[in-house]
Amino acid sequence: MNLLTIAWKSIKQRLLASSLTALSVALGVALMIAVLVINGVVGRIFSQSGSGYDLVVGAQGGSELQLVLSSIYRIGKPYDNLPWRFYEELQDYAGVDQVVPLCFGDTTSDEEGSFPIIGTLPRFFGLNYAPDRSFGIKGEILKGTWDAVIGSEVARVNGWDIGSEFKMVHGGVQDHVHDERFTVRGILAPTGTPNDKTVYIHLRGFFMLDDHAKPASEAIERIATLYGEDIGELRTKYTDLLTKEAAAQKSGQHVHHHGGIPDIQKEVTALLVLTKSPSASFFLTGKLREGVIAQAVNPVSVMYQLMQNLVGNVRYALMVLTGLIIIVSGIGIFVSIYNSMSDRKREIAIMRALGASRQQVFSIILLEAIVLTLGGGLLGLALGHGLVFAAAPIVATRSGLLIDPMHFETIELWIIPALLAMATLIGILPGLTAYRTDVAKALYD
Amino acid sequence: MSLLLQDVRKSYREPDGSPLPVLNIARFEVKPAEQVALIGQSGGGKTTLLNVISGITSPDSGLVQVDGVDITRLHEVSRDRFRAERIGIVFQTFNLLPAFSALENVLLGMTFSSRVDRKYARNLLEQVGLSHRLNHRPGQLSVGEQQRVSVARALANRPKLMLADEPTASVDMAHQDTILSLLRTACSENNVSLLLVTHSPEVSSQFERVEELTAFNKPEAAA
Repeated sequence: MNLLTIAWKSIKQRLLASSLTALSVALGVALMIAVLVINGVVGRIFSQSGSGYDLVVGAQGGSELQLVLSSIYRIGKPYDNLPWRFYEELQDYAGVDQVVPLCFGDTTSDEEGSFPIIGTLPRFFGLNYAPDRSFGIKGEILKGTWDAVIGSEVARVNGWDIGSEFKMVHGGVQDHVHDERFTVRGILAPTGTPNDKTVYIHLRGFFMLDDHAKPASEAIERIATLYGEDIGELRTKYTDLLTKEAAAQKSGQHVHHHGGIPDIQKEVTALLVLTKSPSASFFLTGKLREGVIAQAVNPVSVMYQLMQNLVGNVRYALMVLTGLIIIVSGIGIFVSIYNSMSDRKREIAIMRALGASRQQVFSIILLEAIVLTLGGGLLGLALGHGLVFAAAPIVATRSGLLIDPMHFETIELWIIPALLAMATLIGILPGLTAYRTDVAKALYD
Repeated sequence: MSLLLQDVRKSYREPDGSPLPVLNIARFEVKPAEQVALIGQSGGGKTTLLNVISGITSPDSGLVQVDGVDITRLHEVSRDRFRAERIGIVFQTFNLLPAFSALENVLLGMTFSSRVDRKYARNLLEQVGLSHRLNHRPGQLSVGEQQRVSVARALANRPKLMLADEPTASVDMAHQDTILSLLRTACSENNVSLLLVTHSPEVSSQFERVEELTAFNKPEAAA
């Protein structure tokens, strides 16, 4: 038998009160764990979804946040498009390792979930979507012009599988549906990122669709403006194109490009860039900033700032709230132990008469507070993760958000020391009452 | 000498602040393995005397020597330890801890001397006839059984001096002799001196040495 056993016996003697107070700590800690884990998951989704790419490049004029939100998170619309020529030039830039074009704006129909559709190249799936996380794909990766790869949520919501077909809604306008049908050839494994809610089609197919080519006259004007070239010379160079477009407009028909859209009429919405080194990213960003065509941003730093300014505050508020709940539970333990002290004076006096020192009876009460608080805390840790474990599949089904219930936030490591400090504070006053007990008086009262 | 008191004085304070002398003992001693019955009136200072001997209460002055050690000179922590190791106490109301089983109550007595010996604790309970009640809590034991646990607990640390404060007062007549006999036998077998406080002539009559507290305690002389 030791002091801890004696403290444990005391706790068992007041089992109901002890259990309830420990449970209140457990619930507080469980709540904190749930907040931490879910917040951590949301944070990671925000900050890591685009972290597989060094830079995201888009048209100048819009905000950096708008560019990242539209191209990585598929939230909102991009400011403008980039000419195809810029994409080709960027591939030849010395510090660039890989450039993957993204063309977006179309969606699936409302009945099919209004999921964003992105035209891209097969190599998009070769890039990591987050550090050390590569796409898992069932089926094929955009081999044919009319092939599509869909995210796991798109497949789940629509019940699509390999071989399913769909049409695209142009610009999300429901009455403008492209005639062409795309066939699902690949399904992405869940990633817990916006990729799960996205449809990818081959860029070649994307450019084959009506209205996906910029009118030749506008395209020529834009190239002249952006690159400072002579518009007259450009018009001469593309006379055939302009003539064909004018004729089509007159007859109210679409221009049909046999052999594909000419490059001058092609546009991309954003470019995902992998550079050869961090310094290359830095120099490319600076160089683009000097020009008028494009801007490059690091998606991680943009999202980190957003997290800090917006989500960070919410997290902080929730942490404070759950912290207060734990403190209130701690006060409950204090009240429970302190109230029991008047009934236990005789018990303490007996121990003192048997030879227990003041320090030993103080330690017994302190241990009691520590056992109750830490026991409640550990139960709370298990409950919290259990709660997340139970909720994870439900959350995944309803929102597509992947939560790893076994994931531990670093801040959780502080919970136990913090509870230990709280238990010490809780135990001090009742401990001092035990310490000061008048043995002779308590024994014979 | 197992116990030697010399010039021991102890006073309390009256509500008006004036001193109330309780103990004034010129000399009192108990030899090794000797068994002494101490009788006296209620309020005569018997309990204070036991508290002073056990070191629970400090005297105002004088020598309190137990097993050759003047406990008044010990620091409180050392005195607590000394009490745990060398003095056994049997209370009138047993003072067993209700949450602990009979065995655990005996082990508790050993805990504070850091000499926990489970086997010896079982032996002691066997010695007092409770080998079949080891895991029973005080509430599940009869009054007589509780007092036996109390005796076993007092012997747990192989003390040199046993202090018993009216150990049979809460026990019915039928069990008084049993308890007393048990206590005396246990003390003799373990070579422990016994100082037993009682106001019962039936109890004191069984001792060879009977001391009247008023015979050697003269508080009025200290006033």
